[in-house]
Amino acid sequence: MAKGDPGAGPRGRRAAPRSRKAVTGDPELVQLLTPEGARIDSVTGPDGVEYRVDFTDEEYRGLYRDLVLVRKLDAEATALQRQGELGIWASLLGQEAAQVGSGRALRTQDMAFPTYREHGVLYCRGIDPIMPLGLFRGVDQGGWDPNEFKFNMYTIVIGAQTLHATGYAMGVAMDGKTGTDDGEAVIAYFGDGATSQGDVNESFVWAGVFNAPLVFFCQNNQYAISEPLERQTRIPLYRRSAGFGFPGIRVDGNDVLATYAVTRHALDNARHGQGPSLIEAYTYRMGAHTTSDDPTRYRIASEVEAWQAKDPIARMKAFLEREKIADAGFFTEIDEQARREAVDLRERVLAMPNPEPTTLFDHVYPNGSPLLDEQRAQFSRYLESFEGSAH
Amino acid sequence: MATETLTLGKALNTGLRRALENDPKVVIMGEDVGKLGGVFRITDGLQKDFGDQRVIDTPLAESGIIGTAVGLAIRGYRPVCEIQFDGFVYPAYDQIVSQVAKMHYRSRGKLNIPMVIRIPFGGGIGAVEHHSESPEAYFAHTAGLKVVSCANPQDAYVMIQQAIASDDPIVFLEPKRRYWEKGQVDLDAPISEAYPLHSARVARAGADVTLLAYGPMVRTCLDAATAAAEDGRELEIIDLRTLSPLDLGVVYESVRRTGRAVVVHEAPSNVGLGAEIAARITEECFYSLESPVLRVAGFDTPYPAARVEEEYLPDLDRVLDAVDRTFGW
Ligand SMILES: Cc1ncc(C[n+]2csc(CCOP(=O)(O)OP(=O)(O)O)c2C)c(N)n1
Repeated sequence: MAKGDPGAGPRGRRAAPRSRKAVTGDPELVQLLTPEGARIDSVTGPDGVEYRVDFTDEEYRGLYRDLVLVRKLDAEATALQRQGELGIWASLLGQEAAQVGSGRALRTQDMAFPTYREHGVLYCRGIDPIMPLGLFRGVDQGGWDPNEFKFNMYTIVIGAQTLHATGYAMGVAMDGKTGTDDGEAVIAYFGDGATSQGDVNESFVWAGVFNAPLVFFCQNNQYAISEPLERQTRIPLYRRSAGFGFPGIRVDGNDVLATYAVTRHALDNARHGQGPSLIEAYTYRMGAHTTSDDPTRYRIASEVEAWQAKDPIARMKAFLEREKIADAGFFTEIDEQARREAVDLRERVLAMPNPEPTTLFDHVYPNGSPLLDEQRAQFSRYLESFEGSAH
Repeated sequence: MATETLTLGKALNTGLRRALENDPKVVIMGEDVGKLGGVFRITDGLQKDFGDQRVIDTPLAESGIIGTAVGLAIRGYRPVCEIQFDGFVYPAYDQIVSQVAKMHYRSRGKLNIPMVIRIPFGGGIGAVEHHSESPEAYFAHTAGLKVVSCANPQDAYVMIQQAIASDDPIVFLEPKRRYWEKGQVDLDAPISEAYPLHSARVARAGADVTLLAYGPMVRTCLDAATAAAEDGRELEIIDLRTLSPLDLGVVYESVRRTGRAVVVHEAPSNVGLGAEIAARITEECFYSLESPVLRVAGFDTPYPAARVEEEYLPDLDRVLDAVDRTFGW
């Protein structure tokens, strides 16, 4: 699966089942790949839907490459922050499968509304991975074109973007762009903490009432900074949707195959006019909330270790080895590619210049403002007064 | 020239209708805006004629109204949101100041949010609490938003169309107690050339004192000018129309001529628009001033119970008293 090819996926034909005996999974947690790397052929969710994927070997390898690259780029960003090159970084470590699985399930025409940790989805949308680093370095506020890449601005205010996604999805429906195979769907990303926000609940109401072609994709990484899931909810999050009148499902968020299958299904439902759904990707944030956070204050090592055993990349690797889809040469090659891309990223970040001071006045209003023009002119004169002086 | 006598409310309704006719991307959304036509009937008949996809009755969720409108705007629509009453805009405050106002800046100009947020504002209608507030300073303080207010039917008709046609996000404050006041409206007035949206207007010329007002207080000031004229004083009334950005050229020109200025608004005086305007006049017109710039404003209390709102609201006497005081220096 090539970088920037969000449309890659099953071709609608059946691949030969890899395990001898059909294995079915737990409906409460849709899983197609066990932590040990064993394939589960299909699983029927509590919604009665049978989830499965049919990837070619090349596609399986592509997903693995995505996971490794995304993790490596994230690690590089963390390192850059530690060296003072970024002001802060929100790492996705542990959430690669949730993001790559859902990101690859998007079709070209689908629109995504992220929060601030969706670097893996951003990568799947074909956006240069340096883009979010500008935001965290403080040289811009995220430099990509949301309409070109169909991936919106990062959103820091928790949950705000779920309403934007809902409105956008209403617009898709109003444009008559649903009801066919090439219809459009919208996906909104948010965390477990966000489910407590009014905006998220309002967006559930709206999306349900207007039958918006929208997939709510909650990455339940178990914590909102220090607060555990129990501080946000008394019931499993995916069941929330029932109260708003649309389906909800929990998927193993560390399983890229299941995440892909579940998201693709929900997106296809949306694009066919069947309205919203909620996906709870059950996962774990392996690192700190951001580089400013100290997770040892609120969680114990054994918990982290337990989740380490469910690592999304290790299980994909075990699967590829077990099924002989990839050999040692492949893994070395991917690691080498990841290393090269990380070095490249580092070099480009270090070369990122600060913006010119007066650009801070740009793009406040599409139509400008006389007061602001005056302020900009005053500030320019002030700056010029230093020119040539040894200030 | 098709001139009609309309109430300010009907002029808004007619302007909204024009906007819906002229641009299929315009959508009106809010609580009760459909069948009911809004609690003030400003959207009366629009859903009937344009359908429920253009005039959308929304769930009762203010943050939802503004937040989904952001998404619609990104999708290419031009949402006109109605907030039912001033006091109910606060649940949407975050979406307005953190999202609507910043989207264009944050995206370095790649996203426009051409949204109009209509808010019936101000008191004087004997309402219960949360129905009479003047929240303009909150919005005027936020870069990325523009804030305007109309004061008569002609402006209501033109300005609402201009606001909708503008790519800037605009908080559009409607003087609710003036909804029923009538005036001549030129229905052919071009929205592009009649006057720019962000321009103040001399509502009455006078040589002695400049009164600066907007929205509901323009009428009050005009009445004060009529009364003052009987005492031989000529008040110049400037209807600011645009609160952010302020159209200061007109203001400075007038104050340099009269040497005296009084800002009149219903909102509390503390950190209100009057403070901003007074500071700017002082900076620009210092040597022309015969007296300090005075403010006549609401008190620094929550909007009071209806039976005492007449005490709270600036009226003719308080305005005239301030005018007198400018001659005391
Ligand atoms: C409205 C709001 N309140 C508080 C914050 C500060 N804050 C940033 S991230 C965060 C926790 C979010 O947790 P969750 O939604 O689970 O997402 P996660 O970061 O775990 O992916 C908080 C409290 C914020 N950004 N926005």
